[in-house]
Amino acid sequence: MFGRLQPPNGKKPSQSTEAAVIDIRNITKTYFMGEVTLQVLRGISLKIKRGEFVSIMGPSGSGKSTLMNILGALDQPTSGEYFLDGVDVSQMSESELARVRNRKIGFVFQNFNLLRRTEALRQVELPLIYAGVPNRAKRARAALEAVGLGQRLDHLPSELSGGQQQRVAIARALVTEPSVILADEPTGNLDSRSGTEVMQIFQRLNREKQITTVFVTHDPWIARHTNRVIMLRDGKVVADQRVKQPLIAGEAERPSEAEELQGIFEATYYGGKKEEYT
Amino acid sequence: MDFTETLRIAVDSLLINRLRSALTTLGIIIGVGAVIGLVSLGRAVEDFIAREFESLGANVLEVRSARPSSPTRIRIQPLTTLEAAALAKPSIISAVRQVANSYSLFGQVAGGGERTSVQINGVSSNYALVRAWPVEKGDFISPEQEESAARVAVLGLDVVEALYADRRFDPIGQTIRINQRTFTVIGVMSQRGGTFISEDNVVLVPLKTAQTRLDNARTADGGYRVTTIYVEVSSEEAIQQATTDITAYLSEAHGIVFDGEQDFSVTSPSDILGIINQVSSVLTVFLVLIASISLLVGGIGIMNIMLVSVTERTREIGLRKALGAQARDILAQFLVESVMLSLLGGLLGIGVGWLAAQFGMLLVPDLTITLSLDAVILATTISTMVGVFFGYYPAQRAARLRPIEALRFE
Repeated sequence: MFGRLQPPNGKKPSQSTEAAVIDIRNITKTYFMGEVTLQVLRGISLKIKRGEFVSIMGPSGSGKSTLMNILGALDQPTSGEYFLDGVDVSQMSESELARVRNRKIGFVFQNFNLLRRTEALRQVELPLIYAGVPNRAKRARAALEAVGLGQRLDHLPSELSGGQQQRVAIARALVTEPSVILADEPTGNLDSRSGTEVMQIFQRLNREKQITTVFVTHDPWIARHTNRVIMLRDGKVVADQRVKQPLIAGEAERPSEAEELQGIFEATYYGGKKEEYT
Repeated sequence: MDFTETLRIAVDSLLINRLRSALTTLGIIIGVGAVIGLVSLGRAVEDFIAREFESLGANVLEVRSARPSSPTRIRIQPLTTLEAAALAKPSIISAVRQVANSYSLFGQVAGGGERTSVQINGVSSNYALVRAWPVEKGDFISPEQEESAARVAVLGLDVVEALYADRRFDPIGQTIRINQRTFTVIGVMSQRGGTFISEDNVVLVPLKTAQTRLDNARTADGGYRVTTIYVEVSSEEAIQQATTDITAYLSEAHGIVFDGEQDFSVTSPSDILGIINQVSSVLTVFLVLIASISLLVGGIGIMNIMLVSVTERTREIGLRKALGAQARDILAQFLVESVMLSLLGGLLGIGVGWLAAQFGMLLVPDLTITLSLDAVILATTISTMVGVFFGYYPAQRAARLRPIEALRFE
């Protein structure tokens, strides 16, 4: 029922000799709101190596979004160090951070964040425009082809399905050849079929191009498709484990809620007339 | 990021909100249109007045009695025919060509069963020539008629209308009574119009007739009083020197030692033109100031819309920053948007102003309204400045948004 994914190139993903793409050391983040201080991250250290496919999981309030923002150079930690590709990002200025986001990081958001009334090709060109590099159209076209949208270059978001929109967003994240792609609940707004499509693309990119990918999700089903799961709770890492047999998107079918929750119920209870529930 | 991309992003954003962009631009269109229209109209009026004066003889000086500006002299010594004769001598005014005189009084004119109260001008026979004011019908006063103080009259068009109820009536040979004395009409002057009051409401009679038959204008020195001496000089360039010469001669003749005690004035058409132009430019400036208020309102409209736009597009700004846009890229994008709005408004406003000027020309065919280049440059510059000035604050607000907060914005 569940498919299995071999680690890329048959290598084991966590080999300590390889240089880490992401290396954070004792990161904390505290928000000061008048009298109240809120410590969201309480000292997190972790390393993510090139070619890894990682999920960061945790319930609401665990600090996973804050950690994601720091990893994406959108926010700065209160203390601790963050080396991205060996460069310390934690002390950078606003302008330097913008450069890091542009060159080293590709974002994929839950709600796609595409510009309205803008053609797919133009959306994908956007990071290249800010990078000021030549051959933008050519590179954007290649990125869209890589996500299977080579025939949809001039389509507007309103003319694309949710899955296709998210694929445009992936192409946009991919086009600068970043060190890492950060995806925040990338399948959260999609139906299961589109979600599977998007997952397949992430897995293929990771497998074929060794693109380092970090997911932030609260969905265990999504996490099971990645190679490593880091669990956060109350601003701390409570578990960091390798997935024994990652699922291959499309081969496995997601269990229904009834199947997932099987065995926790004591008795069947109908609140109203029985007919209304069937 | 290169500028063409900034331009393209701004154009794309403006096109996404077409109606809003158009309405925002409207404020600037009206403001610039009003400024352009009013400046063009003001220029046209000035040109019109200048042309009118040109046709009235630009190289004629008018000398009149006037109250001295200094309180140290109260007596006004009248101008006389003898002084007028002296001013005609090249030894006194080197560039003089000829001198015409007039003696004015008010009188009752009766004729054609009507009576009217008008200005009677006794004039020398060269008056029509010097003032570039030809007769339309009949003849002007001849030197012989002037010499013999003949009882003949040349009517202005307004007087013809007042007496005979029709401007086209031919009154030549008619008998009229001026202050109970009988005159024969020998001619009608052509239409003269006038800048402030019509010069057509006048009856011209020989100078000597006015001085001796209608009045007793004899002076102690054996001459006669005159009201205005018209001194024609050879060219416009000679006016300055002639003014000095006339002032010097008459000051001596009137025994005036100190400046400001002169009991006469010497004016040239260009002086009057200057005064009118001054009045009209003050008026134009005033109107343009009022029009600028609408430009200000238009600018505030742009600022308002840009602020709304920044709030509305907070997520977009967050996304752009996440994709690597620098604060200056965002600043440039929004600033270019507001400048494009106001510049577009400015260019369209120039068109609207031009149309308004064309409409003004239809209403007043005498005016030639042209779109002056400096007004166009001014309008373009000002509308660009409006865009920068009113667009800067919203653009800066956009540039300063923090990416995570902007991305989280709903």
